[in-house]
Amino acid sequence: MGLISMQTNSETIVPSLQLPLEDNNGNELDPKVKKYLRGDGANLEKLKDKKLKGQLAVREQLYGKSAKAAAQVEKWLMPSEEGYLEADDLEKTWNIRQDKILSEVDILSSRKPFDLVLPDLGPYTIDFASSGRYMIVAGRKGHLALIDMMTMDLIKEFQVKETVRDVVFLHNELFYAAAQKKYPYIYNRDGTELHCLKEHGAVLKLQFLRNHFLLASINKFGQLHYQDVTMGGMVANYRTGLGRCDVMQVNPFNAVVGLGHSCGKVTMWRPTSAAPLIKMLCHHGPVSAMAFHPGGHLMATAGMERKIKLWDIRKFEVLHTYSGHAKTLQFSQKGLLAMGSGSRVQIWKDTAGNQDYSRYMSHSMVKGYQIGEVNFQPYEDVLGLGHSQGISAILVPGSGEPNFDSWVANPFETPKQRREKEIHSLLDKLPPETIMLDPTQIGTLKPPRAKEQLTKQEREAAMEAAIESAKQGSNKKKTKGRSKPTRMQKKKQDEIVKAKRPFLDQQLREEQQLLNKKPKLNEEVQLPLSLQRFARKKAT
Amino acid sequence: MRIRTISRQPEQFTRERSNDLRKVHRNYEPSLHPLANATGYSRALTAVKLDKIFARPFMHDLSGHMDSISCMTKNQNHLKDIFSGAMDGEIRHWDLASRKTVRQFHGHQGAVRGLTTSTDGRILVSCGTDCTVRLWSVPVAGGMELNDSFDHSSEPLAIYVGKNAFWAVDHQWDGRHFATAGAQVDIWDHNRSEPINSFEWGKDTVTSVRFNPGEPDLLATSSSDRSITLYDLRLSTPVRKLIMKRCRLVFLQTKTNSICWNPMEPMNFTAANEDCNCYSYDARKLNEAKCVHKDHVSAVMDIDYSPTGKEFVTGSYDRTVRIFRYNGGHSREIYHTKRMQRVFSVKFTCDGSYVVSGSDDTNLRLWKAKASEQMGVIIGRERRNHELKEALIKQYQHLPEVNRVIRHRHLPKPIYKARILRRIMLEAERRKDQNRRAHSAPGSMPVQPMRKKRIAAEIE
Repeated sequence: MGLISMQTNSETIVPSLQLPLEDNNGNELDPKVKKYLRGDGANLEKLKDKKLKGQLAVREQLYGKSAKAAAQVEKWLMPSEEGYLEADDLEKTWNIRQDKILSEVDILSSRKPFDLVLPDLGPYTIDFASSGRYMIVAGRKGHLALIDMMTMDLIKEFQVKETVRDVVFLHNELFYAAAQKKYPYIYNRDGTELHCLKEHGAVLKLQFLRNHFLLASINKFGQLHYQDVTMGGMVANYRTGLGRCDVMQVNPFNAVVGLGHSCGKVTMWRPTSAAPLIKMLCHHGPVSAMAFHPGGHLMATAGMERKIKLWDIRKFEVLHTYSGHAKTLQFSQKGLLAMGSGSRVQIWKDTAGNQDYSRYMSHSMVKGYQIGEVNFQPYEDVLGLGHSQGISAILVPGSGEPNFDSWVANPFETPKQRREKEIHSLLDKLPPETIMLDPTQIGTLKPPRAKEQLTKQEREAAMEAAIESAKQGSNKKKTKGRSKPTRMQKKKQDEIVKAKRPFLDQQLREEQQLLNKKPKLNEEVQLPLSLQRFARKKAT
Repeated sequence: MRIRTISRQPEQFTRERSNDLRKVHRNYEPSLHPLANATGYSRALTAVKLDKIFARPFMHDLSGHMDSISCMTKNQNHLKDIFSGAMDGEIRHWDLASRKTVRQFHGHQGAVRGLTTSTDGRILVSCGTDCTVRLWSVPVAGGMELNDSFDHSSEPLAIYVGKNAFWAVDHQWDGRHFATAGAQVDIWDHNRSEPINSFEWGKDTVTSVRFNPGEPDLLATSSSDRSITLYDLRLSTPVRKLIMKRCRLVFLQTKTNSICWNPMEPMNFTAANEDCNCYSYDARKLNEAKCVHKDHVSAVMDIDYSPTGKEFVTGSYDRTVRIFRYNGGHSREIYHTKRMQRVFSVKFTCDGSYVVSGSDDTNLRLWKAKASEQMGVIIGRERRNHELKEALIKQYQHLPEVNRVIRHRHLPKPIYKARILRRIMLEAERRKDQNRRAHSAPGSMPVQPMRKKRIAAEIE
């Protein structure tokens, strides 16, 4: 894969890749290069076509070069470095308290955590814009607030005077959707109500698919809706058939929506199929929370039976099972797993790199606070908490991606850049059909199908050939009387019948199958005369 | 305890003054760019559709001739010069930048059949059916932009009279000789009124002649007896001859109308054939064509290579101009207009970005070589964007949705119908072949590829 990017802004400096390339550090770069290669190259050994082989070899070389250049960028040109928290000998990282962290970090970081006590309108849910710059906060009793996290300014705050269950940003911070008592609504930055999405019904959870511009919602009756927010069309409306569900997450890797149900099942959906792509029984009780790793191959689920499980969603197998309860789960950009239950937050980390998560940090709120939602702030080392008494933020070193890509999400975006990006992201809007379990399949060709069943003529020809060979069969001269012409003739006939048999059997079997096929539902089945009076009468 | 958190100084990421450039940071981490394949695919689809929208290849038509245009030549030394000769004996010198006639050359009594310029671009050689070869002096480029007055005719430098009508002329790429084709192939020097050498092989008229760009003494001719002949000026007899088979379909002749050498691979040449196809040959190995370029539905009249050697343009009797890749079996592009009639002459310009066609309707037409190319000065960002689009299209061109848009061309109805008809006839021929093969002794009728099918013999 080449590195694909649109050049958007007129006044830009793109860091040049002309760096002194040293060959001796090639080994050091190797794993990084591999990350950018996105899959193995074509197997050129097998190819017979020399022309194609040459073309592919050139292409592969180009991919290798671009991956290497990307790895060089990572090595040399990244402005910021990742955060970390390391304990001394006997100390444990999970015993380090927030006040101690605060005293150690620099002054800019020490301004980030906060505790906002809003006891009247809670419990609160929160959502971050994709750049991490803005946060939207929704109180259950109708309080909506938009906050700029960089300056800690309150941009807009208003009261909708109605239950608000969930809130989510759309493609930028100018628009957000709130799931209210009867319908979800879309508001803009100034708090003006733009749309009321009546078709969704009483929505419990909302999610926004950024690349597809789809707003996904699950309502009280377990109906999943996808609405295109650019044109306003309802893309899909499916009944899950598994009852009320208030656990919903989007897999950022492939934009598949995961739902956790009260029967312990997790289902995965896409807008173009009415049945779930995946239905897996994860817990022996209701699923209380789930989260997807940004890499797309890990899923964490929590059940009411005090189990937290890590799943490999390439093989759909459980990797690890931990005991513990979580009301809410979230993966950070760097793969830390935050779980909140009661008034306590725990952050786990994959220290060994083998998906075996272990304790990394923990934080306790004031007793009695019920944490409803944990959410990592993108591109920052901050974990936002929405709880029954307001909202809080704590520092989690090493959680966020230190280097942002200006074309993807820019925390320092100016209004002009935002306008440009909006246009470009609209031009790059993906059709709903591109949502699938393995999105790397897009752009590849289907392997040729195995040869289909033989046609009728071919089959007849094969039978003829078999009969011919049976006729040709040599007749051994036997002892007296046993090679009589009548006997020979009979024997030959037997041979022919034997040769024909498998073909005729096959034909018979197929005919039988055709007969046994269920008649279609819409076809009228004629009942016997005696039973016709019991048949259900059609309304005319 | 060691600890660090991400902290960004806003000054490091924002510009100081409003006239500074904005700072841009890239991070190619795959998890920050999810759905890269899908995005690339949808961008490629958009790019290919945009290409289709911007495909406006027709630039201008150059009118002025009073009769149909029979031949053209470009001045190797001046990018924007082109000469055209018409059936009424008029030769015009065009300036492509201003799209005007700079000069007219009067003198030929019958049709002008061949035009060529000398290596230094100072002398124009023309020949025609009035049995004369005329040498004209071409003024140096500097003066002529100033004076674009219309009537600026001039007298020929020399007139050489032959015995028979001349059908084609071509100048050596590097040297003082030129060759004319007619009843025989004559080699001339600028300063001599008699040919310095004559070649003959068979009795039929030679209809086209082209010098090899790499080897100045080598030339190829085609004649009306369906043959292509190679000559070497250093030898007294022709070198090699290739004869095409008479085609079984009555309407198809297999005469070669025109030849063009590939300027980048000078051992290869492509022949425009009367049977609607073009055949690329390796001059060292004439028993098999390297590639057969099919798509025209009527005789291919003229052919010219782009200076890059990667593609060539053909003009056809079916009133279309097509552009082929040098190794592609089908055309990359088809150009046609309602008013353009049979195309007798086509040329790529010396920078490879335009195509000029001269047709029966007395007009020259100027086309872009890449239909959707952006004209004018392109700034770096635009160029990079075009490059990106091209790369994306190249990457996803094998997918059916993208390929469908790439391949689709609107065809005039007669050509569309003729193509279907042609396909039916070829299919019938193939079937007949198959039947013959099935009913003859095994091995007596081997299957021959199209590259060999039309070749009758190669004579040394």
